[in-house]
Amino acid sequence: MPETLVEFKKVNKKYGHIHALRDVSVSLNKGEFVSVFGPNGAGKSTFLKLLCTMTPPTSGQILYENTPLNKLQDSFRSRFGVISHQPFLYSELTALENLRFYAKLYDVQNIDERIKVLLDKVELYKRRNDKVRGYSRGMLQRLSITRALLHDPEIVVLDEPYTGLDTHASDILTRILMELFDDHKTIVMVTHNMKQGYDAASRLAIIKGGQLVFNEQKANISVQEFDERYIEAVSR
Amino acid sequence: MKYLGSISAIVSKDVLHELKSREIVVSMLLFSVLTVVVFSFIFEPGSQFKNEVVGGILWMSFVFAGILGLNKSMMSEVTGGNFSALLLAPVDRSAIFFGKAISNFIFIAMVEIFTIPLFMVLYNVNIFAYGAMPVVIFLLGTYGFAILGTLFSIISVNTRTREVMLPLLLLPIIVPVILSSVQALNIYILGHDPADAVKWMQLLAGFDAIFTVVVFAVFDFIVED
Repeated sequence: MPETLVEFKKVNKKYGHIHALRDVSVSLNKGEFVSVFGPNGAGKSTFLKLLCTMTPPTSGQILYENTPLNKLQDSFRSRFGVISHQPFLYSELTALENLRFYAKLYDVQNIDERIKVLLDKVELYKRRNDKVRGYSRGMLQRLSITRALLHDPEIVVLDEPYTGLDTHASDILTRILMELFDDHKTIVMVTHNMKQGYDAASRLAIIKGGQLVFNEQKANISVQEFDERYIEAVSR
Repeated sequence: MKYLGSISAIVSKDVLHELKSREIVVSMLLFSVLTVVVFSFIFEPGSQFKNEVVGGILWMSFVFAGILGLNKSMMSEVTGGNFSALLLAPVDRSAIFFGKAISNFIFIAMVEIFTIPLFMVLYNVNIFAYGAMPVVIFLLGTYGFAILGTLFSIISVNTRTREVMLPLLLLPIIVPVILSSVQALNIYILGHDPADAVKWMQLLAGFDAIFTVVVFAVFDFIVED
């Protein structure tokens, strides 16, 4: 029996008159890799924001290990590592200065040792003293991965992480994601890349018009069938 | 300890960022110095009227330079989504606010340290003739400005007209702080009894305390969406 980590119960999110998410009910199990697909403006990023406690739902309930959001301590947020299409990095600071800052906020122990291990992993250790301003898009995203994993989060949330990445950076990201999955981390990734999303996932979901229109284990559906289901769901 | 550690991490990061970019203090200082210099041409030498208004000119130069700096300070957080990253951190969100407010306080205080001596020379006034008490006025006034300014810069930074929105939101609310600061400072400039300044400073300290408590209570709700 899979252990439920996060549960959405009839969750709605409105921004003014825009209804970004409608009656979404879904459970996220420990150790799962969920790829979330959907057209632009479908509500995927809102789903991620709600998941990682960045914004509260307008109605409905989100339970984290059966505890509602409003009962959670601030320290709960350390269980999330977020990789967005925005780097979350200060351009005038070096990679090392950026990572040290976030490490202090997350109360990371043995900061320099941890930073070295992660920077080696993303092949940026030699560039650690360079200002982030001079980094390419791929390097920024690799550094962003390091930032998100500094505190060894239990749930890794990725919002279109492959956008603008070259093949090398893309391969590094895929390798790290597979390592995290093997390490039984829970991963939720929003992506437009059907192949990367399908290959990496253990569960597939489609959001359209703020509603969860598809939610299935990957083992139950082939890539061709999923492609067809996606086109059908999006064009409906 | 974790709370203070988070504030200290944010302040250290902001100071380091400013030392490297020199974006905030330099632009604020230029604006503040220019305001003080330009207004100094208005008065004829030896004008009696001058001393009654120069306190206001000095504070206006800090307020408008401060608004410029607050916008820049928050822009460095919004660019690259950094403010979202701060909100995701496992720390009390009010610690994020106070970290930013203290950084802004330091930057505005830096500008004041350079502008005040120039002001005293150009307007031929000695603010410190009766001792160092005016320093308390500057500290209290700057703190109130930094607290409210940081709050409204966080609110306005995501709007398209942020440069206009910040003064529109901030200036009506900041009036009690500016008024008390100017009145207290004028007592020292005009050479009145320094004891009269105490009531203005008490009022200023009262507003600072109220604004601090209010911001502490509402900050979570403000950043929720």
